[in-house]
Amino acid sequence: MSNPGKSKQGTRRRERLDRGIKVRSEDIYALNSWREAIYLLAPRAFPVLALLALALLAPLYWQRVLVSATVFALLAISWDLAASSGMVCLGQALFFGVGAYLAGIMNHYFHLPPALTLPLATLGGGLICTLLLLPVLRLRGIYFAMVTLILPLMVERIIEATKIFGGTEGLSGLTPFPHPLVESFITMAALWVALFGLRRIMASDYGLVLKGINDNDRAVMSAALNIYRYKAQALFLAAATGAFAGAFMTHAYMFVGMPVFALDYSILPIASAAVGGLGTLAGPALGAFILVPLSEMLRGLGGLRIVIYAVLLVVFTVGLPEGVFHYLRRKYTQFERWTEVGK
Amino acid sequence: MTEPAPKPSRDEIILSVRGLTKNFGGVTAVDQVSFEVKRGELIGVIGPNGSGKTTLVNLITGFVKPSAGKIMVKGKDVTGWAPYAIADLGLARTFQMVKPFYQLPAFKNVVVALFSPRVQRLAGGRYGDRDAVAKDLLEEVGFERDSWVINKQASVLPHGYLKRLELARCLALRPEVLVLDELFSGLSLAEVASLVPVIEKLMVQGMTIIMVEHRLKELFRIADRVLVLNFGQKIAEGAPQEVMSQPKVRGAYLGSESED
Repeated sequence: MSNPGKSKQGTRRRERLDRGIKVRSEDIYALNSWREAIYLLAPRAFPVLALLALALLAPLYWQRVLVSATVFALLAISWDLAASSGMVCLGQALFFGVGAYLAGIMNHYFHLPPALTLPLATLGGGLICTLLLLPVLRLRGIYFAMVTLILPLMVERIIEATKIFGGTEGLSGLTPFPHPLVESFITMAALWVALFGLRRIMASDYGLVLKGINDNDRAVMSAALNIYRYKAQALFLAAATGAFAGAFMTHAYMFVGMPVFALDYSILPIASAAVGGLGTLAGPALGAFILVPLSEMLRGLGGLRIVIYAVLLVVFTVGLPEGVFHYLRRKYTQFERWTEVGK
Repeated sequence: MTEPAPKPSRDEIILSVRGLTKNFGGVTAVDQVSFEVKRGELIGVIGPNGSGKTTLVNLITGFVKPSAGKIMVKGKDVTGWAPYAIADLGLARTFQMVKPFYQLPAFKNVVVALFSPRVQRLAGGRYGDRDAVAKDLLEEVGFERDSWVINKQASVLPHGYLKRLELARCLALRPEVLVLDELFSGLSLAEVASLVPVIEKLMVQGMTIIMVEHRLKELFRIADRVLVLNFGQKIAEGAPQEVMSQPKVRGAYLGSESED
């Protein structure tokens, strides 16, 4: 469709232009006019309000699905942040699992309440995962990815072999959250803090350095910047985000066991990013909110569920390779028209 | 904008290389190379393809660790230092194969370098308007200020602009030594002609420059001294014309029988 169809009248080309309101709202006018202010605020306020409304109004079953989607959205944000900083990760399960076990251990052995285990597991999980991956920060691309893929599987086997932390049985009877709505609110708050906070970081000059590392780490080094320091910091942020998700699930399920290191927690965030659109943090989060409920809706189909799910995944990635988020943003900020090009 | 070094002692040796050697497996890419560069000099490094010029640049800037030998920058032994630590001392380089941040707008490429600790230190810890400084620097290397090019993603810029972008990113560090790895390669005659005054201006400001170059004509007009490499060894060093008259150098370039 976008090919410059050579007609007899000459060559036609589809041209994309920024909408007037987009250009205006980038400027000081945004503060003077309601229209521009709303134009800027709407895409940020809408998802916050929509999720809040759903959490309050949806039937209990779908509330749980939303909580689960939010947890996967956090993992997808974690994946995208690392990937945007030049670290393609195949092991979000490591971040998730370490956070989950930390919360479980603190609750089971030291009887700390979730109000303490959640923040402690977030920071501690971020720290432990960063230290674990510190020796391989030098690796790039597929080599880094392979190490992150293997680590969670290794930890899983270590727990099985040494029977620590409940071994194959896991730790059960952990402190639950007092009410399902508390779960919704905690996950939502975490999602918005992570999404808006990390997006702000990536838009700053600090984020510019991270994107530079992703683009060309040698050029960043030649600019007198210690890339390993920046990569370690980005890794900490990504790992902490994933660890929070794990710690939350531990208390939501009142249980933590070896399955928290399962491959699902590594793969689904990547699928979400592919569907939602890489490099924006918001895209992968949106992808999780598409894929998780979709998977639930297909539950009625029995054996063919996975097949249809896979087909839909392919349709998404082939039909909208740029990702849903990039597509929506383009439609929101630009309009298209056909123009004649020369003769 | 760039103010390299308080310029007092022109005789200060800013870079000194002793017995520098690099083996890649069985191949000796750089073999026992020694030379010195004084502050404010422009030194050319020439030699046929595969003679070890780029490896020499990679060694000096820390991107490749030497097998033997010693590198001193401003009196400090930097042998084995990381590239960013050497750059932090004020030794900036361009890449022969340009390495822009393709997904960033052109001027943001320069902002990345302006974010470095060195720049903040030199500015007395003050954070200036990095975007504005970046645009100043781009203007200095020949971008038109406020043209569409400055805001364009680097991935769509033509090669000539990317070379200038490399140079601007170096200048952002306010370097004391500039190492230019074939800055002129792949540029048209007109583009080279417009870059030469930029280099000359830096020389006037007292910048020390090491130029690896294939464009001998342009280089010889501005170089104080040239080194000639062949098969990783330094085979000659001296004033441009004098060096080129040596049979060894002619042999290396033209492939005629050279004496042993």
